[in-house]
Amino acid sequence: MSLSHSGLRGERSLDHHPCFSEEAVHHYARMHLAVAPACNIQCHYCHRKYDCANESRPGVVSGLVTPEEALVRVSMAKARLPNLTVIGIAGPGDALANPARTFETCRRILAEFPDLMLCLSTNGLALPEHVDTIATLGIHHVTVTINAIDPEVGRHIYPWIYWKNRRIRSSEAAKILIDRQQEGIARLVTKKIWVKINSVLIPGVNDDHLPKVHTAIAGHGVFTHNIMPLISVPEHGTYYGLMGQREPTAHELTRVRSRCGLVKMMTHCRQCRSDAIGLLNDEILENDAGMSSCRSEQVNSSGGRVIPLIPVTGHVPPGISRPDRMVPRRIAIASHDGVHVNAHFGQASILTIFECFPDGGIRQSAQWPVPRYCFGDADCGTEQAPLETIVTMLSGCEAILCERIGYGPWQRLEAAGIQPINTYAGWRILQAIADHIGKHGTSTPMGGLNHGILEPRLAVASGR
Amino acid sequence: MAMTITQRCLGCYACEQVCPNQAIEILAGIFTIIAELCQECIDDFSVPQCSAICPAEEAILDRHGYAVNPLGSLTGVPAEIRSRWMV
Ligand code: SF4
Ligand code: SF4
Ligand code: SF4
Repeated sequence: MSLSHSGLRGERSLDHHPCFSEEAVHHYARMHLAVAPACNIQCHYCHRKYDCANESRPGVVSGLVTPEEALVRVSMAKARLPNLTVIGIAGPGDALANPARTFETCRRILAEFPDLMLCLSTNGLALPEHVDTIATLGIHHVTVTINAIDPEVGRHIYPWIYWKNRRIRSSEAAKILIDRQQEGIARLVTKKIWVKINSVLIPGVNDDHLPKVHTAIAGHGVFTHNIMPLISVPEHGTYYGLMGQREPTAHELTRVRSRCGLVKMMTHCRQCRSDAIGLLNDEILENDAGMSSCRSEQVNSSGGRVIPLIPVTGHVPPGISRPDRMVPRRIAIASHDGVHVNAHFGQASILTIFECFPDGGIRQSAQWPVPRYCFGDADCGTEQAPLETIVTMLSGCEAILCERIGYGPWQRLEAAGIQPINTYAGWRILQAIADHIGKHGTSTPMGGLNHGILEPRLAVASGR
Repeated sequence: MAMTITQRCLGCYACEQVCPNQAIEILAGIFTIIAELCQECIDDFSVPQCSAICPAEEAILDRHGYAVNPLGSLTGVPAEIRSRWMV
């Protein structure tokens, strides 16, 4: 470990950080907040629509929260997890490509909970100009993802960056990024902020190069280096995934790690997503951040605790006022991931209620865990009691949007004045609602559905 | 005279942050460009800022309706392979 880190902030802070300390993994919890949607570069292992396993961040479609919502989440999580010590900001884009959102979140959290440790993850492009703010705010740890120090290697990893109002490509882009990363971490270390470096091991691209990266960052006095294996599958839509770039073997990973040892190597990293919450080893996840159902089942069946759902207030789009007296239309959604209309009515474990205001504002108003009434085809719809409970829960809703629904429940809901609709199966929730609401007016071209023709969307006249 | 956003948009807010004219409107999670406000960045920058930062191919069209960043131009994934995986 570098001497430059032995001062001011003391050893305590790292002993309590589950990502930095192997001991802390067992005792202290951390929570990641997805408040930063935009990014200023492109990495070949990332498709921002989807959850990025390499950079520990969810996709932009899942669970973006505003700084206000972030604080609510922290308060609620803190109440349930007394050992919550660390709050990280790691996506869905780059923390420092969204400085206003990121720092506003930090300020709010620190004002309310000065004892929490904050950490940021960044690709480093915007790092140098933010080091002073990071230091002033008292952010303890910064994780910088560095995959190369040579632009000729970097250009095979980063196709472009957005820099000084232009898109820059190839080695020129990689060189700027690398210079900014190195400058940024040097300045962080000078300010006595703990620095962790993440590197993604990409076989054939930077495997031989990572020991050089290690030597360079060790020279700056970073605290720990975490070499992670590339995760590359076509379903993630990434360049590497689609182009068949293979993942490293466990042996390759060990071999590269063994060639690095100038600073502490981190080996307990779980590559957790940035909306994760809990202990690294005994993952506790919240459900409203777009977590997939299979993951929640894994958690349940492995005996991990699941935090009760935290209702999140949706965005009220800028420029839209929401007078209190306006009566919203209420629409229920059956979704497994909180993003798409993709749950069978009888199998949904959560129903989410959205309120749609006459001025176009849509707000998520409630999320209810529901008892299941369907346990397979054989007894589908026969468990009457839970269905009646659901009907009661949904009173006041004009419709329920779900992937599929059985005949019996359909009739029962319709009789209760709640229209079941299964034509939005697979749609993104907000788009499905917007379409449903606007059905009799002008309809908006919907994202991700029509890949034939590109349709420009017409902006709703906003009067601004 | 304005850029437009298509259904390829990922909703990442990058354009909203860099637009000098606050022309990006977000309603219920759907991103659009307000034609009256968009100046195509002509007075401010050498290139339209939204399309210079947008990570999604075919998400932004110029005034003639052509994608500023066509398939393959940002990721390097050839169009045939990309379209095979589009959902
Ligand atoms: S820096 Fe992070 S969010 Fe941006 S492209 Fe790379 S992996 Fe994706
Ligand atoms: S072209 Fe410029 S002014 Fe028009 S929407 Fe894009 S960033 Fe804004
Ligand atoms: S930058 Fe592109 S993908 Fe991101 S919100 Fe704007 S149009 Fe959509």
